[in-house]
Amino acid sequence: MRRLLDNMKPHFNQGGRFEKYHALYEMVDTFLYTPSDSTRSAPHVRDAIDLKRLMSYVVVALIPCIIWSWYNTGYQANLVLQELGQVNHGWRSNLLQAFNLGFDPGDILACTLHGLLFFLPIYLTTLVVGGCWEVLFAIIRKHEVNEGFLVTSMLFALTLPPNMPLWMVALGISFGVVIGKEIFGGTGKNFLNPALVGRAFLFFAYPAEISGDLVWVAIDGYTSSTLLMGLDGYSGATPLGLSALGGLEAVTAADYSWWQAFIGLMPGSLGETSTLACLLGAAFLIYTKVASWRIIFGVFLGMAITSALFNLLESDNPMMAMPWHWHLVLGGFAFGMVFMATDPVSAAMTNAGRWVFGILIGFMTVLIRVMNPAFPEGIMLAILFANIFAPLIDYVVIQLNIRRRMRRYD
Amino acid sequence: MTPSTRKILFAPLVDNNPIILQVLGICSALAVTTKLSTALTMCIALTLVVACSSTLISLIRHYIPTNIRIIVQMTIIASLVIVVDQFLRAFAYEISRELSVFVGLIITNCIVMGRAEAFAMKNPPWPSFLDGLGNGLGFSVILLMVGTMRELFGSGSLFGFSILPLARDGGWYEANGLMLLPPSAFFLIGMIIWGVRSWKTGQVEQPEFRIQPAHNPTEATR
Repeated sequence: MRRLLDNMKPHFNQGGRFEKYHALYEMVDTFLYTPSDSTRSAPHVRDAIDLKRLMSYVVVALIPCIIWSWYNTGYQANLVLQELGQVNHGWRSNLLQAFNLGFDPGDILACTLHGLLFFLPIYLTTLVVGGCWEVLFAIIRKHEVNEGFLVTSMLFALTLPPNMPLWMVALGISFGVVIGKEIFGGTGKNFLNPALVGRAFLFFAYPAEISGDLVWVAIDGYTSSTLLMGLDGYSGATPLGLSALGGLEAVTAADYSWWQAFIGLMPGSLGETSTLACLLGAAFLIYTKVASWRIIFGVFLGMAITSALFNLLESDNPMMAMPWHWHLVLGGFAFGMVFMATDPVSAAMTNAGRWVFGILIGFMTVLIRVMNPAFPEGIMLAILFANIFAPLIDYVVIQLNIRRRMRRYD
Repeated sequence: MTPSTRKILFAPLVDNNPIILQVLGICSALAVTTKLSTALTMCIALTLVVACSSTLISLIRHYIPTNIRIIVQMTIIASLVIVVDQFLRAFAYEISRELSVFVGLIITNCIVMGRAEAFAMKNPPWPSFLDGLGNGLGFSVILLMVGTMRELFGSGSLFGFSILPLARDGGWYEANGLMLLPPSAFFLIGMIIWGVRSWKTGQVEQPEFRIQPAHNPTEATR
């Protein structure tokens, strides 16, 4: 294999026959073997690993979330099917029936495979469409195809509702990669998180498919809205959506316990329901020093302090009384805190700046959740908002540091 | 038409476009382009105002005292805008209501003031008229492009006639809600600028600083 790649190399270098496709060769080569050159500048200076290896660790950290997304998506779908008392129609059910698996919510394997069949089309669409853009730009701009895209595509897929139409997925990742990243010169030069840019595009362009109560449970062969609306006594609303209307009482009235929300047995976007899985990923990322623990704790602190302050206020708004440990487990807060806020490119770079950056995200998330009736979830917009402020935060931190040191020598 | 007058008239369309090269008049480009009909009205109104104001200011340019020239220019522009506003209210009330305050805001449109200051104060009436007309048309070209894309993809129609049948009315096209929000005009104008600057590379600005490559090229080809 190594010899094969080495034999091909002259053709792809300058002057070779396939000079134009150097980026493609480089991608395959460095994906399979440790590159001979190491990245020189941020995010890591002392270490001898390439940026690509760093990004691969994030994918490893995402594994608990990914597996949970399969199980939970299938479980939620099977739960509704059981209530309906009917078998659904579509290629997924045909495939599942061919393997004799059935649709029992108690059967872990059946649930996992059912959910996998929802996850795979979304993920493959993201990978293929986004990958095409990535390679196209790498060839024209003559930079390298970066494994950052593997992370972006995985994060993007995990933040979508399971029943998202695939053409919207393709449109969203195109927008995220092109407008969110490549326009600014590719990985390392983007000031916003590309996965979130793609999601925000879909959120504002097609609100009916990515917000509200009816999109979070995927039923094969139906658009879930027509199906769920006809179902008495069942709402597909996420606990966070419930809480936006009726506060904590509405969540507990719908029989969601804190532990259930913590583990993630509730409807929601593919990968964000389980706080436990996100925290497992966080432990791995902090242990390997890939993600900054300052950002993660900053987000957590900002959220906890802000919600504690809101709890003290008397108000008609039921979200005001939501305690911090519920904010932590509902919606995409944990996922955003661990995986989105810590993106090394778009976050603040200085240590003090990371604290400020994190606290700003936590504060804005709770502020949007509590104060804005139009958006039940705030973490996506909060992170994008803080991304824009990250360079300013860093600038202030550096200027303050310079002033302090100047004073020392006065 | 001599080559020089032709240049005055046509240069603002692409080579020296007020929106995409000078990046002026963005406010109205964001606000009135949700529908093509309002965008077209805005284009006609602005083209009229900028052409007439340039001619008028150029006619009296020798009699304007330098230190109050901005006030004189503003008076002329404001009078013209009021005429346009009253005309729209009288003959196209619906559109005038949709445009609301943005007709009045033509006064503050940088393109109008910019042409008066930069061209009409130094040139005779006929070239000034052509310059105003050309800049108005340059503004219109971009506004109509943005308006077409926003109305087509945001509501599936052009001038209110359905082109792409919408899913909520039983058609196949799923309307893109982002296109109805002002930020989409930013994205579209940005992409038009990107396209034009890859075509006419002379418009590309010099980078303010260079980013040091993260990978050492000699090491990479070792």
